Amino acid sequence: MNAWLPFEWIAASRFLREGRMQSIAIVLGVSIGVGVIVFMSAALSAQMTNIIRRVLSAQAHIVLLPPKEVARPLRGGRAAAQAAIVQKPFQRVRSIDQWQRILRETEQMPSVTAAAPSASGSVLAVRGEATRAVTLNGVDPALYFRIVPLPEKVVSGAPRLGSEDIIVGTELASDLGVVVGDKLRIVPGTGEGVALTVTALVDLGSKGANQRTAYAALHTAQALLGLIGGASSIDVTVRDIYAAEDVAKAIEASSGVEADSWIRTNSQFFTAINAQRVANTTIRFFVALAIAFGIAAVLIVSVVQKSREIGILRAMGASQGQILRVFLLEGAVLGLAGSVFGCAIAATAIAVWEHFVVDASGIALLAIGYDWKIFAGAAVLATLTGLVSAIWPALRGARLDPVVAIRG
Amino acid sequence: MAEAVLRPVLQLHGLRKSYNPGTPLEAEVLHGIDLELRAGEFCALMGPSGSGKSTLLNIVGLLDRPSGGRLLIDGEETGGLDERAITRLRGRRIGFVFQYHHLLPAFTALENVVMPMLLDRGRPDEAMRRHAAQLLDSMGLAEFRDRLASQLSGGQQQRVAVARALAMSPALLLADEPTGNLDTVSAQGVFDLMRAVNREHGTTVLLVTHNHALAAQCGRLVEIVDGRVTADRAVPGQASSGAKP
Repeated sequence: MNAWLPFEWIAASRFLREGRMQSIAIVLGVSIGVGVIVFMSAALSAQMTNIIRRVLSAQAHIVLLPPKEVARPLRGGRAAAQAAIVQKPFQRVRSIDQWQRILRETEQMPSVTAAAPSASGSVLAVRGEATRAVTLNGVDPALYFRIVPLPEKVVSGAPRLGSEDIIVGTELASDLGVVVGDKLRIVPGTGEGVALTVTALVDLGSKGANQRTAYAALHTAQALLGLIGGASSIDVTVRDIYAAEDVAKAIEASSGVEADSWIRTNSQFFTAINAQRVANTTIRFFVALAIAFGIAAVLIVSVVQKSREIGILRAMGASQGQILRVFLLEGAVLGLAGSVFGCAIAATAIAVWEHFVVDASGIALLAIGYDWKIFAGAAVLATLTGLVSAIWPALRGARLDPVVAIRG
Repeated sequence: MAEAVLRPVLQLHGLRKSYNPGTPLEAEVLHGIDLELRAGEFCALMGPSGSGKSTLLNIVGLLDRPSGGRLLIDGEETGGLDERAITRLRGRRIGFVFQYHHLLPAFTALENVVMPMLLDRGRPDEAMRRHAAQLLDSMGLAEFRDRLASQLSGGQQQRVAVARALAMSPALLLADEPTGNLDTVSAQGVFDLMRAVNREHGTTVLLVTHNHALAAQCGRLVEIVDGRVTADRAVPGQASSGAKP
């Protein structure tokens, strides 16, 4: 009997030790449940982070575009009849009206971390007999690299963007047979072409993007695309990627431009992520429920087994509250013990996973990592589950009629 | 010292108990018991099986509630008390010794004796241990202090139970056939201990027993049959001890 510990602790620990096999069995059960939850949550969150990073590393969180051009048929005139068929107007490359003001305003929004103008359009990349249609992105490297970290994606060369430089995707380079230092002729739809020097090859993470993407300095692209002083889009990075849609709406409302968040442009992907989250939460809920019933079952049996002791304690002056707290404590201790072992199981599983599930070069396919928040969350959840599931058995124990309990 | 001047520790006035009241199965087992025990009395309660002895003892021990009549413990009316107050009164004024050795098997002898004090005060302290150790020593159990209750013999367990019942220095010690499962020698030993406690501390004892040899050593003998007191007399030569009031 440890000095200073209150009665409830002494009795709860002694009862748990007395029913050793039950205690061990249920702690193992809780451990497995907690281990599954922690490992699954950690793996899933790592996977999501990974996918989102891959998706978002080559694109801005929000892209601001000039409003789409719409046909405005004349009407209302005295003799004018409205045409039955209105032809949709073509969308030429246009600059965002007053883009510099919008850029400044967007940058100042607290939820925005970076914004950069770009002048983008379709051009032809020509080398000898080979010709490829390419999207040329004219960017200001100082601003744009904060949104899409091109330097991290460089395969060869250096990410330099002077007025006569161009950075191309790896597939495009191999299609055209260029290496760093070669000249590449860029021809816009209308007007004269220019020869630019390839300074770097980049891998943007997907074959399609690598095949048709090129970057040039902002003013070079402006000149080529006939957008002198203009910006066809503004790329924006936000602090909380999941709030991108809200930020986009706010920008739309204040500036009148069209703002597309990554959530809207990747809506299917985002739906998939959400579905995974819901599935994860559902599994977590049911595992927690299974843990709760397991602990409750063990405690109910324990209350029945201990009913004589409960009666003796009551005869010696134990209050209903004291009995209640003993069993609540037992539940919480079982939950906590299970969560500690469960976290250990999960940590081991993560280590094993990262050690064995690797690619050819020995790098883990999915670095799960040890997110203490997931571990702490599971531990708190399991302990609370233990406490809550002990309520009913504890009430039963506390309400036992001492006369019946002693006789039984 | 005349008993009349001693303080009444237990007073029963027209105490009734019926099970399943208000239903066709209603059965009254105690039909108006009047009984008064004064400080220092050592009273045997006898009666055939089913006479209501155990029911009476449970009610007196505040484990059960009467259906009618009044019950006063140490002068305190118990009728209007709530669960919490009843529990406290039970813990502080009443000690129990049961027929079967109702010790907590997962605890040592010393811990079992500490338990009533621990329940009353919440946390253990050195004074509780000392007191419990003294009680065990006085029961001749010094060397068994740290044995688990489940490892003691029947007689030893029952002596631990007596020590435990005395831990809170109760005014009233209730014993429900405490020697029923013991051999004659052990039974006499446990009885002598209770007699000694009664003499030395003036603890009032109400002892339910079937053992006439033991009953003959008590100061007073009350018999109940079918829920009624049929006899209440002093045992010749065994006058209740003159206790300190």
